[in-house]
Amino acid sequence: MSELCAVTGVGQTHHDAERSDLSMHGLVREAAVRALADAGLEWKDIDAVVVGKAPDQFEGVMMPELMMADALGAVGKPLLRVHTAGSVGGSTGLVAAKLVQGGVHKRVLVVAWEKQSEADASWVLMMKIPFAAPLVAGAGGYFAPYIRAYMERSGAPKDTGIKVAVKDRLNALKNPYAHLKMPDITEEMVADSLMLWDPIRYLETCPSSDGACALVLTAEDALGSCEKPAWVVSTAMRSEPTMFAGRDGVNPQAGIDCAAELYRKGGITDPRRDIDVAEIYVPFSWFEPMWMENLGFAEQGEGWKMTMSGATALDGDMPINASGGVLSSNPIGASGLLRFAEAALQVRGMAGEHQVDGAKLAMGHAYGGGSQYFAMWLVSSDKP
Amino acid sequence: MAEDPITGIVCPIRLDYTITPGRAQTRFLRGLESGKLLGQRCPATGKVYMPPRGSSPTHGLPTTEEVEVADRGTVTTFCVVNLQFASTVREIPYVCAQILLDGADIPFFFVVQEVDVNEIRMGMRVEAVWKDPSEWGPTLENILFFKPTGEADASRESYKEHV
Repeated sequence: MSELCAVTGVGQTHHDAERSDLSMHGLVREAAVRALADAGLEWKDIDAVVVGKAPDQFEGVMMPELMMADALGAVGKPLLRVHTAGSVGGSTGLVAAKLVQGGVHKRVLVVAWEKQSEADASWVLMMKIPFAAPLVAGAGGYFAPYIRAYMERSGAPKDTGIKVAVKDRLNALKNPYAHLKMPDITEEMVADSLMLWDPIRYLETCPSSDGACALVLTAEDALGSCEKPAWVVSTAMRSEPTMFAGRDGVNPQAGIDCAAELYRKGGITDPRRDIDVAEIYVPFSWFEPMWMENLGFAEQGEGWKMTMSGATALDGDMPINASGGVLSSNPIGASGLLRFAEAALQVRGMAGEHQVDGAKLAMGHAYGGGSQYFAMWLVSSDKP
Repeated sequence: MAEDPITGIVCPIRLDYTITPGRAQTRFLRGLESGKLLGQRCPATGKVYMPPRGSSPTHGLPTTEEVEVADRGTVTTFCVVNLQFASTVREIPYVCAQILLDGADIPFFFVVQEVDVNEIRMGMRVEAVWKDPSEWGPTLENILFFKPTGEADASRESYKEHV
């Protein structure tokens, strides 16, 4: 039987376009120190460190973990890096959870980060490869055609994405760590912003952020003074090839299967009813309705109704991205772990102004690559 | 006395790399040298992959059978790019489309030009515009872009499995 695992410490940086006040080492420490303080632990209490970030080229530093063992408090301890593209923050949290659940370690520090200001991620995504078709327009150029396909398939109102963009930025105003702070944002402003990758507008796109997130994961018999743990009740990871004949890029099978496994292991039969709040990886606004369907919160073709009815708002029946989400802060490698961390904060009742009242069960979700990696967890205020 | 902090130094990197394409990719690249698009068929599903990778992504089997696919096809979905990237100097706006070549079972990304960005649509028929044969090499860059053929649009049914 596996050990129980709980989140006892959560830390994150103040995310921004350029944290030029900090080196990469300083950035990860800012998050890690806050997580340790929250858990009431010191560096010496940690048994192992698991780190994750997006591909090295995204910030132009090869294998930064090699020179960061000291900054991460990992000297003399196991240090492991996880790598699953944009979903890496989520997968990193899950690998660490397995180390605790498997009885390998009692207290694991998880750190994920990106310092996007130090390089040009779009350049990396557009490198010429001699035998493959060129990806000629960065990440937005890759995902925009799938959004168009979703719009065509679902018949969703054209302003669905605009509604998500406004909602998440207004939520971000309640999150002191969020990168984008746009108190004056309106639907008109989003609608009038430049159509970067038609149908994706500038204000329907995530920012480029510098930031880090850290968690302390602890075994049941090592909770220490923690009075409000977030219990990990279910985890799931899935992948599929980026390209294969008949692949549904709008509604990837790996995402459907990952959610099904997550719910089965967590005893969830109706996610919209059973889950109180979810932090979902939405880098472009239209991914909110798309993932609502992929994750079973809505029937096929009806995810947009949740957005348009206000169900996904902070005061709706299924709040999505109460923190402001990826649309408000996107340090790529950390973005998935931030989803997991925000889910934990919600069930611990520690989400501050963006707290969903009475949240007891929360979901964290991350995806990466060409919608080919998925990582999810459910955390609860109640011990399983 | 406090000094101004150094908040960043610029360290340009470049990346030159050598790829060993392997036997399957070599056949594909040799085809391109003579202006042919050679897909490969999955022995389990019969699906034709273009560009081929030498194995079936769904079944892990070698795709030994070669199938020449057309240099024309159908736009399954697309986006219009209004953003200039440092790494690609292109006149904006331009169209980036998923194109399902006739005879292939998977769409691939390419730029579509010589089309009004207000005219591009799902189902539009397009064809490759090649460089002069004297400039052909073992690379997909032999194709400059795709352009509309002027044919009637393909039916939704003909490409709905590919978006």
